Amino acid sequence: MAEEKPTRGRIFFEDQDIHKMKKSRLPRLRRKIGTVFQDYKLLPSKTAFENIAYVMEVMGASDKEIERDVPEVLEVVGLADKANNFPLQLSGGERQRVAIARALIHRPEVILADEPTGNLDPYNTSDIIKLLLRINELGTTVILATHNKGIINSLGRRVITLENGKVVRDEEKGKFRL
Amino acid sequence: MFTAFKRVIKSGWQSFRRNGGLSVATVFIMLMVIFLITSLYLLGGVTQFLIADLEEKVDISVYFKEDSSESNILKVKDEVAKIPEVKEIEYISKEEILDRFSQRYKDNQLLMESLQELGMNPFLPSLNIKAWQASQYGSVANFLENNSLKNIIEKVDYHERKPIIEKLSQITSNVNRVGLIFSITLAIVAVLVAFNTIRLAIYNLREEISIMRLVGASNWFIRGPFIIQGAIAGLVSAVISSLIVFAVCYFLSPKLEIVIPGFHLFNYLISNYLIVILGQFAIGVILGVFSSVIAIRRYLQV
Repeated sequence: MAEEKPTRGRIFFEDQDIHKMKKSRLPRLRRKIGTVFQDYKLLPSKTAFENIAYVMEVMGASDKEIERDVPEVLEVVGLADKANNFPLQLSGGERQRVAIARALIHRPEVILADEPTGNLDPYNTSDIIKLLLRINELGTTVILATHNKGIINSLGRRVITLENGKVVRDEEKGKFRL
Repeated sequence: MFTAFKRVIKSGWQSFRRNGGLSVATVFIMLMVIFLITSLYLLGGVTQFLIADLEEKVDISVYFKEDSSESNILKVKDEVAKIPEVKEIEYISKEEILDRFSQRYKDNQLLMESLQELGMNPFLPSLNIKAWQASQYGSVANFLENNSLKNIIEKVDYHERKPIIEKLSQITSNVNRVGLIFSITLAIVAVLVAFNTIRLAIYNLREEISIMRLVGASNWFIRGPFIIQGAIAGLVSAVISSLIVFAVCYFLSPKLEIVIPGFHLFNYLISNYLIVILGQFAIGVILGVFSSVIAIRRYLQV
Protein backbone atom coordinates (compact mmCIF):
# COMPACT_ATOMS: atom_id res chain seq x y z
CA MET A 1 0.00 0.00 0.00
CA ALA A 2 3.12 2.16 0.02
CA GLU A 3 2.36 3.27 3.55
CA GLU A 4 5.88 2.57 4.75
CA LYS A 5 9.12 2.47 2.83
CA PRO A 6 11.23 -0.71 2.87
CA THR A 7 14.67 -0.18 4.41
CA ARG A 8 16.10 -2.24 1.57
CA GLY A 9 14.78 -3.80 -1.60
CA ARG A 10 11.95 -2.74 -3.88
CA ILE A 11 8.24 -3.42 -4.23
CA PHE A 12 6.63 -3.78 -7.64
CA PHE A 13 3.00 -3.68 -8.64
CA GLU A 14 2.20 -4.10 -12.32
CA ASP A 15 5.89 -3.65 -13.18
CA GLN A 16 6.08 -0.34 -11.38
CA ASP A 17 8.30 0.40 -8.40
CA ILE A 18 5.68 1.81 -6.06
CA HIS A 19 8.14 3.81 -4.02
CA LYS A 20 9.33 5.66 -7.09
CA MET A 21 5.81 6.60 -8.05
CA LYS A 22 4.51 10.14 -7.65
CA LYS A 23 2.51 10.51 -4.45
CA SER A 24 -0.43 11.84 -6.39
CA ARG A 25 -0.63 8.52 -8.27
CA LEU A 26 -0.84 6.43 -5.10
CA PRO A 27 -4.62 6.69 -4.65
CA ARG A 28 -5.10 5.23 -8.11
CA LEU A 29 -2.76 2.34 -7.27
CA ARG A 30 -4.58 1.66 -4.02
CA ARG A 31 -7.89 1.42 -5.84
CA LYS A 32 -6.55 -1.59 -7.73
CA ILE A 33 -5.83 -3.45 -4.51
CA GLY A 34 -8.40 -4.56 -1.96
CA THR A 35 -7.06 -4.58 1.58
CA VAL A 36 -8.29 -6.40 4.68
CA PHE A 37 -6.64 -5.44 7.98
CA GLN A 38 -6.36 -7.20 11.30
CA ASP A 39 -8.10 -4.26 13.02
CA TYR A 40 -10.75 -3.94 10.25
CA LYS A 41 -10.17 -0.19 9.73
CA LEU A 42 -13.80 0.67 9.12
CA LEU A 43 -14.98 4.28 9.21
CA PRO A 44 -16.77 4.49 12.59
CA SER A 45 -19.18 7.24 11.58
CA LYS A 46 -20.43 5.38 8.52
CA THR A 47 -22.80 2.41 8.39
CA ALA A 48 -21.78 -0.96 6.91
CA PHE A 49 -23.47 0.04 3.66
CA GLU A 50 -21.73 3.43 3.57
CA ASN A 51 -18.34 1.93 4.39
CA ILE A 52 -18.57 -0.28 1.35
CA ALA A 53 -20.16 2.41 -0.81
CA TYR A 54 -17.29 4.78 0.09
CA VAL A 55 -14.86 2.78 -2.03
CA MET A 56 -17.22 2.95 -4.99
CA GLU A 57 -17.67 6.68 -4.47
CA VAL A 58 -13.90 7.06 -4.47
CA MET A 59 -13.77 5.17 -7.77
CA GLY A 60 -16.40 7.49 -9.21
CA ALA A 61 -19.17 4.90 -9.57
CA SER A 62 -22.70 6.18 -10.16
CA ASP A 63 -25.37 6.12 -7.46
CA LYS A 64 -27.18 3.50 -9.48
CA GLU A 65 -24.17 1.16 -9.51
CA ILE A 66 -23.74 1.66 -5.76
CA GLU A 67 -27.39 0.83 -5.11
CA ARG A 68 -26.99 -2.33 -7.20
CA ASP A 69 -23.57 -3.65 -6.10
CA VAL A 70 -23.41 -2.95 -2.36
CA PRO A 71 -26.44 -5.08 -1.35
CA GLU A 72 -25.09 -7.82 -3.60
CA VAL A 73 -21.71 -7.94 -1.89
CA LEU A 74 -23.34 -7.68 1.54
CA GLU A 75 -25.30 -10.76 0.56
CA VAL A 76 -22.07 -12.55 -0.38
CA VAL A 77 -20.53 -11.90 3.06
CA GLY A 78 -23.84 -12.75 4.77
CA LEU A 79 -24.61 -9.32 6.22
CA ALA A 80 -27.59 -8.25 4.14
CA ASP A 81 -29.58 -7.56 7.31
CA LYS A 82 -26.84 -5.45 8.93
CA ALA A 83 -26.48 -2.90 6.15
CA ASN A 84 -27.55 0.03 8.33
CA ASN A 85 -25.53 -0.88 11.41
CA PHE A 86 -22.54 1.15 12.42
CA PRO A 87 -19.24 -0.73 13.02
CA LEU A 88 -19.63 -0.37 16.78
CA GLN A 89 -22.92 -2.24 16.57
CA LEU A 90 -21.28 -5.23 14.88
CA SER A 91 -19.26 -8.14 16.30
CA GLY A 92 -15.59 -8.66 15.38
CA GLY A 93 -16.42 -11.31 12.80
CA GLU A 94 -19.12 -9.12 11.26
CA ARG A 95 -16.81 -6.15 11.09
CA GLN A 96 -14.20 -8.23 9.32
CA ARG A 97 -16.82 -9.41 6.83
CA VAL A 98 -17.75 -5.78 6.14
CA ALA A 99 -14.05 -5.10 5.59
CA ILE A 100 -13.84 -8.01 3.15
CA ALA A 101 -16.95 -6.77 1.35
CA ARG A 102 -15.27 -3.38 1.07
CA ALA A 103 -12.11 -4.94 -0.31
CA LEU A 104 -14.18 -6.88 -2.80
CA ILE A 105 -16.69 -4.35 -4.03
CA HIS A 106 -14.62 -2.81 -6.82
CA ARG A 107 -13.40 -6.18 -8.13
CA PRO A 108 -9.71 -5.56 -7.53
CA GLU A 109 -7.01 -7.67 -9.13
CA VAL A 110 -5.38 -8.40 -5.76
CA ILE A 111 -6.72 -8.65 -2.24
CA LEU A 112 -4.15 -8.12 0.47
CA ALA A 113 -5.32 -9.69 3.73
CA ASP A 114 -3.01 -8.76 6.58
CA GLU A 115 -3.75 -11.06 9.53
CA PRO A 116 -7.49 -10.89 8.85
CA THR A 117 -8.29 -13.46 11.52
CA GLY A 118 -5.85 -12.21 14.16
CA ASN A 119 -8.61 -10.81 16.39
CA LEU A 120 -11.23 -13.48 15.74
CA ASP A 121 -12.38 -16.70 17.44
CA PRO A 122 -12.05 -20.07 15.60
CA TYR A 123 -15.65 -20.00 14.27
CA ASN A 124 -15.30 -16.58 12.72
CA THR A 125 -11.81 -17.45 11.52
CA SER A 126 -13.12 -20.41 9.57
CA ASP A 127 -15.93 -18.27 8.04
CA ILE A 128 -13.49 -15.59 6.93
CA ILE A 129 -11.08 -18.09 5.37
CA LYS A 130 -13.93 -19.77 3.49
CA LEU A 131 -14.96 -16.37 2.20
CA LEU A 132 -11.44 -15.60 1.01
CA LEU A 133 -11.25 -19.00 -0.68
CA ARG A 134 -14.46 -18.28 -2.57
CA ILE A 135 -13.14 -14.91 -3.67
CA ASN A 136 -9.97 -16.61 -4.90
CA GLU A 137 -11.98 -19.18 -6.84
CA LEU A 138 -13.78 -16.34 -8.60
CA GLY A 139 -10.42 -15.21 -10.02
CA THR A 140 -8.93 -12.69 -7.61
CA THR A 141 -5.40 -13.14 -6.28
CA VAL A 142 -5.50 -13.26 -2.49
CA ILE A 143 -2.33 -12.60 -0.51
CA LEU A 144 -2.94 -13.75 3.05
CA ALA A 145 -0.45 -12.89 5.78
CA THR A 146 -0.91 -15.04 8.87
CA HIS A 147 0.80 -16.84 11.74
CA ASN A 148 -2.04 -19.34 12.05
CA LYS A 149 -0.67 -22.84 11.52
CA GLY A 150 -4.11 -24.41 11.16
CA ILE A 151 -5.13 -22.07 8.36
CA ILE A 152 -1.95 -22.60 6.36
CA ASN A 153 -2.01 -26.37 6.67
CA SER A 154 -5.69 -26.65 5.81
CA LEU A 155 -5.39 -24.49 2.70
CA GLY A 156 -2.58 -26.37 0.98
CA ARG A 157 -1.75 -23.41 -1.30
CA ARG A 158 1.45 -21.62 -2.26
CA VAL A 159 3.26 -20.60 0.93
CA ILE A 160 5.98 -17.96 1.09
CA THR A 161 7.81 -17.89 4.42
CA LEU A 162 9.49 -14.72 5.62
CA GLU A 163 12.10 -14.57 8.31
CA ASN A 164 13.63 -11.30 9.50
CA GLY A 165 12.29 -9.58 6.43
CA LYS A 166 13.76 -12.09 3.98
CA VAL A 167 12.06 -14.78 1.89
CA VAL A 168 13.39 -18.09 3.20
CA ARG A 169 10.98 -20.50 1.46
CA ASP A 170 8.57 -20.39 -1.44
CA GLU A 171 6.66 -23.67 -1.95
CA GLU A 172 3.90 -24.43 -4.44
CA LYS A 173 1.93 -26.52 -1.92
CA GLY A 174 3.41 -25.50 1.40
CA LYS A 175 2.93 -26.32 5.06
CA PHE A 176 3.58 -24.33 8.20
CA ARG A 177 7.05 -25.14 9.42
CA LEU A 178 9.07 -23.68 12.26
CA MET B 1 -17.15 15.89 -11.16
CA PHE B 2 -20.62 17.04 -10.13
CA THR B 3 -21.29 13.68 -8.49
CA ALA B 4 -18.06 13.93 -6.54
CA PHE B 5 -18.97 17.45 -5.41
CA LYS B 6 -22.41 16.31 -4.36
CA ARG B 7 -20.91 13.41 -2.42
CA VAL B 8 -18.38 15.66 -0.68
CA ILE B 9 -21.17 18.00 0.48
CA LYS B 10 -23.39 15.12 1.56
CA SER B 11 -20.56 13.46 3.42
CA GLY B 12 -19.59 16.72 5.14
CA TRP B 13 -23.15 17.34 6.29
CA GLN B 14 -23.43 13.72 7.42
CA SER B 15 -20.34 13.83 9.62
CA PHE B 16 -21.36 17.22 10.98
CA ARG B 17 -24.62 15.61 12.12
CA ARG B 18 -23.18 12.33 13.31
CA ASN B 19 -20.27 13.81 15.27
CA GLY B 20 -22.84 15.80 17.25
CA GLY B 21 -20.77 16.51 20.35
CA LEU B 22 -17.76 17.65 18.41
CA SER B 23 -19.87 19.83 16.12
CA VAL B 24 -21.64 21.48 19.05
CA ALA B 25 -18.29 22.23 20.72
CA THR B 26 -16.86 23.70 17.51
CA VAL B 27 -19.96 25.78 16.86
CA PHE B 28 -19.94 27.03 20.44
CA ILE B 29 -16.32 28.18 20.28
CA MET B 30 -16.81 29.81 16.89
CA LEU B 31 -19.96 31.45 18.19
CA MET B 32 -17.94 33.03 21.00
CA VAL B 33 -15.36 34.27 18.52
CA ILE B 34 -17.90 35.81 16.14
CA PHE B 35 -19.85 37.31 19.02
CA LEU B 36 -16.70 38.80 20.51
CA ILE B 37 -15.57 40.34 17.24
CA THR B 38 -19.06 41.76 16.61
CA SER B 39 -19.11 43.21 20.13
CA LEU B 40 -15.75 44.85 19.51
CA TYR B 41 -17.13 46.35 16.32
CA LEU B 42 -20.19 47.73 18.15
CA LEU B 43 -18.02 48.98 21.00
CA GLY B 44 -15.96 50.81 18.38
CA GLY B 45 -19.22 52.45 17.25
CA VAL B 46 -19.99 53.59 20.80
CA THR B 47 -16.49 55.01 21.23
CA GLN B 48 -16.66 56.86 17.91
CA PHE B 49 -20.00 58.32 18.92
CA LEU B 50 -18.66 59.50 22.26
CA ILE B 51 -15.60 61.04 20.66
CA ALA B 52 -17.66 62.74 17.95
CA ASP B 53 -20.03 64.02 20.61
CA LEU B 54 -17.16 65.53 22.57
CA GLU B 55 -15.56 67.02 19.48
CA GLU B 56 -18.89 68.50 18.49
CA LYS B 57 -18.80 70.58 21.66
CA VAL B 58 -15.43 72.12 20.82
CA ASP B 59 -15.17 75.21 18.65
CA ILE B 60 -13.14 78.39 18.35
CA SER B 61 -14.36 81.92 17.93
CA VAL B 62 -12.76 84.76 16.04
CA TYR B 63 -13.64 88.23 17.34
CA PHE B 64 -13.40 91.20 15.04
CA LYS B 65 -12.62 94.79 15.91
CA GLU B 66 -15.62 96.91 16.61
CA ASP B 67 -15.25 99.06 13.54
CA SER B 68 -14.73 96.27 11.03
CA SER B 69 -17.28 96.23 8.22
CA GLU B 70 -19.56 93.27 7.70
CA SER B 71 -18.33 92.79 4.13
CA ASN B 72 -14.78 92.33 5.36
CA ILE B 73 -15.87 89.87 8.00
CA LEU B 74 -17.83 87.91 5.38
CA LYS B 75 -14.74 87.93 3.20
CA VAL B 76 -12.78 86.26 6.01
CA LYS B 77 -15.65 83.85 6.50
CA ASP B 78 -15.55 82.80 2.83
CA GLU B 79 -11.82 82.26 2.96
CA VAL B 80 -11.98 80.21 6.13
CA ALA B 81 -14.81 78.12 4.66
CA LYS B 82 -12.41 77.07 1.90
CA ILE B 83 -10.04 75.36 4.34
CA PRO B 84 -10.68 71.62 4.07
CA GLU B 85 -10.36 71.11 7.84
CA VAL B 86 -13.33 73.39 8.53
CA LYS B 87 -16.64 71.64 9.02
CA GLU B 88 -18.91 74.53 9.93
CA ILE B 89 -18.65 78.27 10.11
CA GLU B 90 -21.18 80.76 11.44
CA TYR B 91 -21.19 84.53 11.40
CA ILE B 92 -22.64 86.13 14.52
CA SER B 93 -23.23 89.86 14.29
CA LYS B 94 -23.07 92.26 17.23
CA GLU B 95 -26.86 92.47 17.40
CA GLU B 96 -27.33 88.76 17.28
CA ILE B 97 -24.90 88.13 20.08
CA LEU B 98 -26.65 90.74 22.22
CA ASP B 99 -29.95 89.04 21.47
CA ARG B 100 -28.63 85.65 22.46
CA PHE B 101 -27.06 87.06 25.61
CA SER B 102 -30.24 88.82 26.72
CA GLN B 103 -32.27 85.75 25.95
CA ARG B 104 -30.00 83.54 27.98
CA TYR B 105 -29.64 85.77 31.04
CA LYS B 106 -33.06 87.40 31.01
CA ASP B 107 -33.68 86.12 34.53
CA ASN B 108 -30.40 87.41 35.85
CA GLN B 109 -31.35 90.90 36.93
CA LEU B 110 -27.91 92.05 37.90
CA LEU B 111 -26.47 91.29 34.47
CA MET B 112 -29.40 92.88 32.67
CA GLU B 113 -29.16 96.01 34.74
CA SER B 114 -25.46 96.44 34.13
CA LEU B 115 -26.03 95.96 30.44
CA GLN B 116 -28.61 98.73 30.48
CA GLU B 117 -26.29 100.91 32.53
CA LEU B 118 -23.71 100.56 29.80
CA GLY B 119 -26.12 102.02 27.26
CA MET B 120 -24.41 100.40 24.29
CA ASN B 121 -23.71 96.99 22.73
CA PRO B 122 -20.46 95.77 24.31
CA PHE B 123 -20.12 92.71 22.13
CA LEU B 124 -17.85 92.16 19.15
CA PRO B 125 -18.94 90.51 15.91
CA SER B 126 -17.51 87.04 15.61
CA LEU B 127 -17.14 83.92 13.51
CA ASN B 128 -17.79 80.61 15.16
CA ILE B 129 -15.70 77.84 13.60
CA LYS B 130 -15.97 74.08 13.95
CA ALA B 131 -13.34 71.74 12.57
CA TRP B 132 -13.77 68.06 11.72
CA GLN B 133 -11.30 66.99 14.37
CA ALA B 134 -9.98 68.55 17.55
CA SER B 135 -6.41 68.31 16.27
CA GLN B 136 -7.21 70.58 13.32
CA TYR B 137 -7.91 73.76 15.25
CA GLY B 138 -4.24 74.65 15.38
CA SER B 139 -3.95 74.97 11.64
CA VAL B 140 -7.21 76.94 11.40
CA ALA B 141 -5.98 79.39 14.02
CA ASN B 142 -2.68 79.61 12.24
CA PHE B 143 -4.44 80.43 8.96
CA LEU B 144 -6.39 83.26 10.60
CA GLU B 145 -3.32 84.78 12.17
CA ASN B 146 -1.51 84.95 8.85
CA ASN B 147 -4.49 86.18 6.85
CA SER B 148 -4.31 89.41 4.79
CA LEU B 149 -7.24 90.77 6.76
CA LYS B 150 -5.70 89.96 10.10
CA ASN B 151 -5.70 93.62 11.14
CA ILE B 152 -9.49 93.56 11.55
CA ILE B 153 -9.27 90.59 13.90
CA GLU B 154 -9.38 91.47 17.57
CA LYS B 155 -8.50 88.00 18.83
CA VAL B 156 -8.78 84.30 18.18
CA ASP B 157 -9.68 82.42 21.31
CA TYR B 158 -7.80 79.33 20.22
CA HIS B 159 -4.90 80.08 22.55
CA GLU B 160 -7.16 80.24 25.57
CA ARG B 161 -8.76 76.96 24.67
CA LYS B 162 -5.62 75.34 23.36
CA PRO B 163 -4.87 73.20 26.45
CA ILE B 164 -8.39 71.75 26.47
CA ILE B 165 -8.44 71.16 22.74
CA GLU B 166 -5.05 69.51 22.78
CA LYS B 167 -5.98 67.35 25.69
CA LEU B 168 -9.14 66.26 23.93
CA SER B 169 -7.33 65.45 20.72
CA GLN B 170 -4.79 63.47 22.72
CA ILE B 171 -7.52 61.53 24.51
CA THR B 172 -9.34 60.70 21.28
CA SER B 173 -6.21 59.46 19.58
CA ASN B 174 -5.30 57.43 22.67
CA VAL B 175 -8.75 55.90 22.93
CA ASN B 176 -8.62 55.02 19.24
CA ARG B 177 -5.17 53.48 19.50
CA VAL B 178 -5.83 51.51 22.68
CA GLY B 179 -9.17 50.35 21.30
CA LEU B 180 -7.54 49.14 18.11
CA ILE B 181 -4.74 47.26 19.91
CA PHE B 182 -7.24 45.77 22.34
CA SER B 183 -9.55 44.66 19.53
CA ILE B 184 -6.76 43.16 17.44
CA THR B 185 -5.31 41.27 20.40
CA LEU B 186 -8.67 39.86 21.43
CA ALA B 187 -9.51 38.96 17.85
CA ILE B 188 -6.20 37.11 17.42
CA VAL B 189 -6.71 35.18 20.66
CA ALA B 190 -10.25 34.28 19.63
CA VAL B 191 -9.17 33.13 16.17
CA LEU B 192 -6.40 30.98 17.66
CA VAL B 193 -8.83 29.33 20.07
CA ALA B 194 -11.24 28.52 17.25
CA PHE B 195 -8.41 27.26 15.07
CA ASN B 196 -7.19 24.96 17.82
CA THR B 197 -10.64 23.60 18.48
CA ILE B 198 -11.00 22.59 14.86
CA ARG B 199 -7.48 21.19 14.88
CA LEU B 200 -8.30 19.01 17.87
CA ALA B 201 -11.51 17.88 16.21
CA ILE B 202 -9.59 16.78 13.15
CA TYR B 203 -6.87 15.21 15.29
CA ASN B 204 -9.57 12.96 16.73
CA LEU B 205 -10.44 11.86 13.23
CA ARG B 206 -6.88 11.15 12.04
CA GLU B 207 -7.53 7.40 12.09
CA GLU B 208 -10.47 7.85 9.72
CA ILE B 209 -8.36 10.00 7.45
CA SER B 210 -5.72 7.29 7.21
CA ILE B 211 -8.40 4.69 6.39
CA MET B 212 -9.75 6.89 3.63
CA ARG B 213 -6.26 7.18 2.22
CA LEU B 214 -5.74 3.43 2.34
CA VAL B 215 -8.87 2.68 0.35
CA GLY B 216 -7.61 4.98 -2.36
CA ALA B 217 -9.45 8.25 -1.79
CA SER B 218 -7.76 11.24 -3.40
CA ASN B 219 -6.66 14.09 -1.16
CA TRP B 220 -9.51 16.32 -2.30
CA PHE B 221 -12.06 13.63 -1.69
CA ILE B 222 -10.81 13.36 1.89
CA ARG B 223 -10.35 17.06 2.49
CA GLY B 224 -13.66 18.10 0.94
CA PRO B 225 -16.04 16.86 3.63
CA PHE B 226 -13.90 18.38 6.40
CA ILE B 227 -13.94 21.74 4.66
CA ILE B 228 -17.71 21.50 4.23
CA GLN B 229 -17.99 20.60 7.90
CA GLY B 230 -15.93 23.66 8.84
CA ALA B 231 -18.07 25.85 6.61
CA ILE B 232 -21.28 24.48 8.09
CA ALA B 233 -19.99 25.08 11.62
CA GLY B 234 -19.11 28.65 10.59
CA LEU B 235 -22.53 29.25 9.04
CA VAL B 236 -24.43 27.86 12.02
CA SER B 237 -22.33 29.96 14.41
CA ALA B 238 -22.91 33.08 12.32
CA VAL B 239 -26.68 32.55 12.26
CA ILE B 240 -26.88 32.00 16.03
CA SER B 241 -24.53 34.89 16.72
CA SER B 242 -26.59 37.26 14.51
CA LEU B 243 -29.73 36.35 16.39
CA ILE B 244 -28.04 36.88 19.75
CA VAL B 245 -26.48 40.18 18.71
CA PHE B 246 -29.76 41.57 17.41
CA ALA B 247 -31.66 40.43 20.50
CA VAL B 248 -29.04 41.78 22.92
CA CYS B 249 -28.87 45.13 21.14
CA TYR B 250 -32.66 45.38 21.05
CA PHE B 251 -32.96 44.96 24.81
CA LEU B 252 -29.78 46.79 25.76
CA SER B 253 -30.43 49.81 23.57
CA PRO B 254 -32.89 51.70 25.83
CA LYS B 255 -30.69 51.10 28.87
CA LEU B 256 -27.57 52.27 27.09
CA GLU B 257 -29.38 55.40 25.94
CA ILE B 258 -29.78 56.44 29.57
CA VAL B 259 -26.00 56.29 30.05
CA ILE B 260 -25.08 57.75 26.66
CA PRO B 261 -27.87 60.14 25.61
CA GLY B 262 -28.40 60.34 21.88
CA PHE B 263 -26.81 56.98 21.10
CA HIS B 264 -29.29 54.36 19.97
CA LEU B 265 -27.43 51.06 19.80
CA PHE B 266 -30.14 49.15 17.96
CA ASN B 267 -30.46 51.84 15.31
CA TYR B 268 -26.68 51.86 14.95
CA LEU B 269 -26.81 48.10 14.40
CA ILE B 270 -29.66 48.39 11.90
CA SER B 271 -27.85 51.06 9.92
CA ASN B 272 -24.80 48.79 9.79
CA TYR B 273 -26.67 45.49 9.55
CA LEU B 274 -25.24 44.54 6.18
CA ILE B 275 -21.64 44.86 7.29
CA VAL B 276 -22.40 43.14 10.61
CA ILE B 277 -24.19 40.17 9.07
CA LEU B 278 -21.82 39.76 6.14
CA GLY B 279 -18.89 40.17 8.51
CA GLN B 280 -20.19 37.48 10.82
CA PHE B 281 -20.74 35.05 7.96
CA ALA B 282 -17.38 35.83 6.45
CA ILE B 283 -15.58 35.33 9.76
CA GLY B 284 -17.43 32.07 10.43
CA VAL B 285 -16.93 30.50 7.03
CA ILE B 286 -13.35 31.68 6.51
CA LEU B 287 -12.35 30.59 10.00
CA GLY B 288 -14.00 27.18 9.59
CA VAL B 289 -12.63 26.51 6.13
CA PHE B 290 -9.09 27.75 6.73
CA SER B 291 -8.71 25.96 10.05
CA SER B 292 -9.86 22.71 8.43
CA VAL B 293 -7.55 23.09 5.46
CA ILE B 294 -4.52 23.82 7.65
CA ALA B 295 -5.35 21.20 10.27
CA ILE B 296 -5.91 18.39 7.79
CA ARG B 297 -2.76 19.08 5.81
CA ARG B 298 -0.48 17.09 8.06
CA TYR B 299 -2.63 13.97 7.92
CA LEU B 300 -2.65 13.91 4.15
CA GLN B 301 1.09 13.66 3.64
CA VAL B 302 2.03 10.14 2.39
